[in-house]
Amino acid sequence: MPEKIIKLPDVGEGVAEAELVEWHVNVGDLVREDMVLAAVMTGKATVEIPSPVEGEVTFRHGEIGDVIATGTVILKIRTAGEGGDGEVEPEIDLPAPKPEAPPVDAERKFEPAAEKPKPAPETVAAKPPAAAMSKGSGAPRAEGEKPLATPAVRLRAREAGVDLRQVPGTGPAGRITHEDLDAFLSRESGGAVAAGLQPNKSMQEVKVVGLRRRIAEKMALSKSRIPHITYVEEVDMTALEELRARLNGSQKPGKPKLTILPFLMRAMVKAIAEQPGINAHFDDEAGVIREYGGVHIGIAAQTPAGLVVPVVRHAEARDIFDCAREVARLSEAAKNGTALREELSGSTITISSLGAMGGIVSTPVINHPEVAIVGVNKLAIRPHWDGTQFVPRKMMNLSSSFDHRVIDGWDAATFVQRLKALMETPALIFVEE
Amino acid sequence: MKEITCKLLVIGAGPGGSVCAIRAGQLGVDTVIVEMAKPGGTCLNIGCIPSKALIHAADDFHRTVAMAAGRNAMGIRAESPAIDLARTMAWKDGITGRLTMGVSGLLKKAGVKIVVGRAAFRDGKTVAVETETGEQVIRAENIVIATGSAPVELPALPFGGKVISSTGALSLTEVPQRLAVVGAGYIGLELGIAFAKLGSKVTIVEALDRILPLYDAQLTQPVAKRLSALGVEVLLGTRVKGLSATGEALLAETADGEEKRIAADKVLVTVGRRPVTEGWGREELELDMDGRFLKIDEQCRTSMRGIHAIGDVTGEPMLAHRAMAQGEMVAEIVSGKRRSWDKRAIPAVCFTDPEIVSVGLSPEEARAAGREVKIGQFPFTANGRAMTLSSEEGFVRVVARADNHLVLGIQAVGAGVSELSAAFSLAVEMGARLEDIAGTIHAHPTQSEGFAEAAMKALGHALHV
Repeated sequence: MPEKIIKLPDVGEGVAEAELVEWHVNVGDLVREDMVLAAVMTGKATVEIPSPVEGEVTFRHGEIGDVIATGTVILKIRTAGEGGDGEVEPEIDLPAPKPEAPPVDAERKFEPAAEKPKPAPETVAAKPPAAAMSKGSGAPRAEGEKPLATPAVRLRAREAGVDLRQVPGTGPAGRITHEDLDAFLSRESGGAVAAGLQPNKSMQEVKVVGLRRRIAEKMALSKSRIPHITYVEEVDMTALEELRARLNGSQKPGKPKLTILPFLMRAMVKAIAEQPGINAHFDDEAGVIREYGGVHIGIAAQTPAGLVVPVVRHAEARDIFDCAREVARLSEAAKNGTALREELSGSTITISSLGAMGGIVSTPVINHPEVAIVGVNKLAIRPHWDGTQFVPRKMMNLSSSFDHRVIDGWDAATFVQRLKALMETPALIFVEE
Repeated sequence: MKEITCKLLVIGAGPGGSVCAIRAGQLGVDTVIVEMAKPGGTCLNIGCIPSKALIHAADDFHRTVAMAAGRNAMGIRAESPAIDLARTMAWKDGITGRLTMGVSGLLKKAGVKIVVGRAAFRDGKTVAVETETGEQVIRAENIVIATGSAPVELPALPFGGKVISSTGALSLTEVPQRLAVVGAGYIGLELGIAFAKLGSKVTIVEALDRILPLYDAQLTQPVAKRLSALGVEVLLGTRVKGLSATGEALLAETADGEEKRIAADKVLVTVGRRPVTEGWGREELELDMDGRFLKIDEQCRTSMRGIHAIGDVTGEPMLAHRAMAQGEMVAEIVSGKRRSWDKRAIPAVCFTDPEIVSVGLSPEEARAAGREVKIGQFPFTANGRAMTLSSEEGFVRVVARADNHLVLGIQAVGAGVSELSAAFSLAVEMGARLEDIAGTIHAHPTQSEGFAEAAMKALGHALHV
């Protein structure tokens, strides 16, 4: 009576062993073809082992939880003698030189040769229509059969993370062609079926160099070293906007056009005079805070190459027009790439302003080693409850971040509230106290 | 000495180790390679290359001798040929010297740092190298063990004196009058045939009952025939006992208990090679073994994280081109690429006379794997080019699956067939069918026509037999 030997098949890519998780049969059980005999688990998935034959289980090896090497005999099934092949097939126990000798090979011996599935046609295999190909969630080839592919296809599959055993081959002898791999890849990504919409698999590597690299390093340094606290407050800009309109309206030759920035800068100078700890560098390695007398305000500016921060030096010694003139000059120089190195460094506090793009809230990143940055959001007319009715007011938010290691929430709030007070009553900016 | 820190450390600059280091260097991996002797390892210095040089010299000499003896159908006559083996060896050393220099140059060009000395693991990330100027400690993220293999010594015939290994045979400066070769594997036969052609009286002693046990009898038969034509005595089923008391002769015993006394000036022992798994601090590590070899997975990873192993130390077949392919793969893995061993075949070549080449499965192996096969064999007696080379011995044989004609293996035996290994390997690796080979135009007149004819024969329509 022939006996069918069932070995633990190669259940996953390069998996040399698997854990036995379920037994569905005992010695003495009668099994039918395709009945599940056992289940094994690899790191990836649970795989059921079906019976290739009908017969009686005569041998069972391994307990639930055992880790079993691929190729280990786990079951023997005595089949009804079909004659012809009466031997116990010792040959498949030999350590075959290629792992192409799985238990299924033995199974095939029981089938009449004529029933063998696919003597591949001699002609060039026409590519089956996509519909026919996509049916295959099942195995594309006989179990244990190694996929056949040229080295170039194997390499591409490996790099794309594709297990070639899942890919149906349309080439001669079931060879997996480049086209088969393409078809598999586009199917795997889901889309492809919708007409006209093709998944774009391209990926472009852009080297991070120059200014971009410096920005990246600076931002990473700042965000990894500094615990940010961001505080947002709204400011009623109606009065300031009226003043600004008047000043710009009566513009004398040689006087620059005023934006909001110079007002904010002067307000900051005033607030800093009361809170010098805001205008400082924190050298965390030395454990020292350096509070500066001079207020050197960095103005974050977008240029074609990326973000740069030109510095208006000694804002405390500049009047509002001087501030405006210097901001205009520096941002022009930064945009043209003509700003000097000194003009792009040495700030003690920074303003981040995107103007009309300023949004309603932002979380500005502190310009390390500074301890504070003031973010300007967009100005908009919003209804404001004045106690009896809603009135239209020009409102703007300030989103400001502080280094929470050295600036407490209270101090941060005090600073921003002071800015708010100064800007809501702009005369205060210009009054010497 | 200042510690070196690197991303990749390769121990051993043989064909596997040096390819690994060169590839890693090309990929920008910060790489150090340690070698205690010359770069190139066994292959370049005392193996593949020098033996092929000697075989070529022996061939030329033997042909000239045949001409002088008037045994030349082409009508060439020569007068009293002689060989100065010392000069042959100097010529051979020139070749190996150029090649080892070449390897050093390639390593340097790839930016690899070379440390000369004996390496020993301290732990899984640290290696100490005894250099001429003191101990050099190297710390590496990844380490590749490529320590290779060494000739096996027989307890009854320790190396020394007249008992030599292949290394000794490749540095003889005089042709021994009587040479006994123990072991009829490919190394023993290649060298035994070469010395027979150089004029030695060669006796080959083999414990098994056949020569070249890795190849089937059909393939080895032409070699056996050639051995007898060269006057080489082959004692099969015979075990060596040691040297006689005077050291004059090699003592052996045949299968039926008969004592043999083989007078010999040199005894060449070629009974296989063993992996070098000692002498580099394996005891400091926890490496799983696979028999006498280091156990590796399909990415050449050992059981310890960050430690790879390649080449002869990892198992059969102990062939330089296997080691090189492994080395290249490991370098790419270390550099972050996805790679895994997925080769279909590793060609094996035997530089005997005639040469044997085998790629993939032999007919028996294919059948043992449960395949129904078609076999096509084409003899060189029917090949014009073979006739013009006066070497009609041998054949090409193709083994394919009966159901879809996928080529599973290709073998050949014959003069110069080693060069056909390229076509054979490509066919197997590309997954060729018999029709692919039969449908490819093979240049006439070449021995490669035998390949296409063998495929046609398997398909049932050979043209020239």
